[in-house]
Amino acid sequence: MAHLPPEPLEARPGASRARSASRGPKPYQPNKWFWVLLASPGMIWLVILFVIPFYAMLAIGEGKLDRQTESPVAVYNPFTWSSANLTNVWRDLFGSGAFAGGIAVRTIVYVAIASVLSLVIAYPAAYFVARFAGRRKGIFLVLLIAPFWISYMMRMLAWIDLLQTNGYVNKVLSFVGLGSPNWLGGHSYTVILGLVYGYIPYLILVLYAGLDRIDPSLIEAGRDLGLGRARTFLRVTLPLSRQPILTGMLITVLPMLGDYYTNTLLSGARDTSMIGNLIEGQLSTPSAGQGAILSLIVLLVLLLPMLYYVAQTNRASQAAS
Amino acid sequence: MSSTALATAAATSEAQQSRTRFFRNPWRHPWFLEGFTWLYLIWSLAPIAIAVLFSFNKGKSQAAYQGLTWRWYWGDKVNSIWYNPQLHSAMIETLKLSALTTVIAVPIGVAFALGINRWRGVLPSSFNFLMILSFVVPELIFGVAMFFIFTQMPGLKDLGLGNVAEVLGLVTWNVSWPAIIVQARLVTIGKQYEEASADLGCTQFQTMRRVMLPLLVPAIFASAILVFSGVIDDFVIVDLLSSNAANTPMSVIIYSTQHGGNGGPALNALATVMLLLSFVVAGAGFGGYRFMTRGQRIDGQAALTAITGAE
Repeated sequence: MAHLPPEPLEARPGASRARSASRGPKPYQPNKWFWVLLASPGMIWLVILFVIPFYAMLAIGEGKLDRQTESPVAVYNPFTWSSANLTNVWRDLFGSGAFAGGIAVRTIVYVAIASVLSLVIAYPAAYFVARFAGRRKGIFLVLLIAPFWISYMMRMLAWIDLLQTNGYVNKVLSFVGLGSPNWLGGHSYTVILGLVYGYIPYLILVLYAGLDRIDPSLIEAGRDLGLGRARTFLRVTLPLSRQPILTGMLITVLPMLGDYYTNTLLSGARDTSMIGNLIEGQLSTPSAGQGAILSLIVLLVLLLPMLYYVAQTNRASQAAS
Repeated sequence: MSSTALATAAATSEAQQSRTRFFRNPWRHPWFLEGFTWLYLIWSLAPIAIAVLFSFNKGKSQAAYQGLTWRWYWGDKVNSIWYNPQLHSAMIETLKLSALTTVIAVPIGVAFALGINRWRGVLPSSFNFLMILSFVVPELIFGVAMFFIFTQMPGLKDLGLGNVAEVLGLVTWNVSWPAIIVQARLVTIGKQYEEASADLGCTQFQTMRRVMLPLLVPAIFASAILVFSGVIDDFVIVDLLSSNAANTPMSVIIYSTQHGGNGGPALNALATVMLLLSFVVAGAGFGGYRFMTRGQRIDGQAALTAITGAE
């Protein structure tokens, strides 16, 4: 300010403010470089171990195959990329006799059924605990959250124990005369059950947090204005829970699409395998390059929902400020 | 019309009325919903309880109950989790990975959150975007990318798969917890504390150290709990990045032993140890969070959702 040519103070817009500021305490003007310094370790980490790995994946997918060692070789220069893997994957996905195409469709069907089932089960439970649990809310919440703290493998192991041919499920079934199916013999329904059981705690948590935030006075207002129970739910609660439903579905669907272990543990059969099994199975083989391309295709397909989630998270934090 | 007919008519209409009154009552307890919730809870927790029970099974079966024993914990000198070298080292490995990942990821994530949140511009917001993206990328895809850099990339290839790769992968995967949670807390704290401390003559560093960090302690603690327990439960990254028995944690042992067939109750014992470990961490997290936020208007339920990351 000091080097500005002297002017009559009144002529400068905002002059009175500048003057009072110079008299009072200095306004808080933090040094930007302090923030840069704080953020830089995380930024460098993300570049080296998040951005570069995905580029390496692309380089391997677009790379060559070393015929002698039977291993893929990454090509980091985009101008010398080969599209051999891409063509192969494309043919496997969409060509005649495509095996990967069937797996992709199966994955989508499994994930769709599993996520809808999860929602149908999770929503009423979350709704009850958020709205009606009253003084018992604490205990309900603990029980609702408990599976979140139990390892996924433990939870799968629990079902493997129960679903064995001489396990408890079959004991109950044969007691009521329903026979004893071989649950773990490679059935779609077992895999879908596993997916629902495995991912529902995450969904229920998001739903609970969202439903708990709904102001009860809005629901009471709906009632006061003459809506019945069902219509209050449809007109007030459901529209207000659209956001948690969407977020919750995202948070369950995204990992489900990359799941391979549920399938291996509960079925292991070829005709229930999902896209995750395909990618994981190619990793240490000569066709790892195709696995890389397949991963990138999955990533590309999921980019929109992921961006939606990121935008939501960003907006939520900005709305609060 | 006879008087008895009238009486029955009145009785039925009264019964009907009480039924409609029950259904019309807008504040009646939703018994159906409550029953459904209990069914869900039983379905979600009973299998776990049964799996824990089988870890005490006398026989070798994971499906038929044969009596209680400590055999699979330490009684059996060969197959129990204490004496089987693979199972024993898996427990140590899980603890090691959890501790290392937490110690590295939390400071990086907290510093990142502080810097990014206050530094305005295109660059910080794109990095914040990247950070949230790393939170939602399917774990398998991220794990595959990690697998490639540690088996293919010049420079990182020499590290190879194993402990270092696992820790680096886990830190990248978990660093978004502190980054996101601390930022959310920063937003609710607002800028007035920082401005006040600057007015009182603190330097930026002093403000950070004496004002912001103490205010952020509960959030930092909650994110540390989430990272630690997240690593205990993590499977995909450690499955793809582990190379031999010495660096294979519990979740991978359960997976690789069980999908070959019957893993035996020792596996249930291992899973039970994992469960206990997670619950101890959760309990410590809950207690610690309550202690740190004492005097604030934060009840047990809020503390519970905070340490579960559902805030």
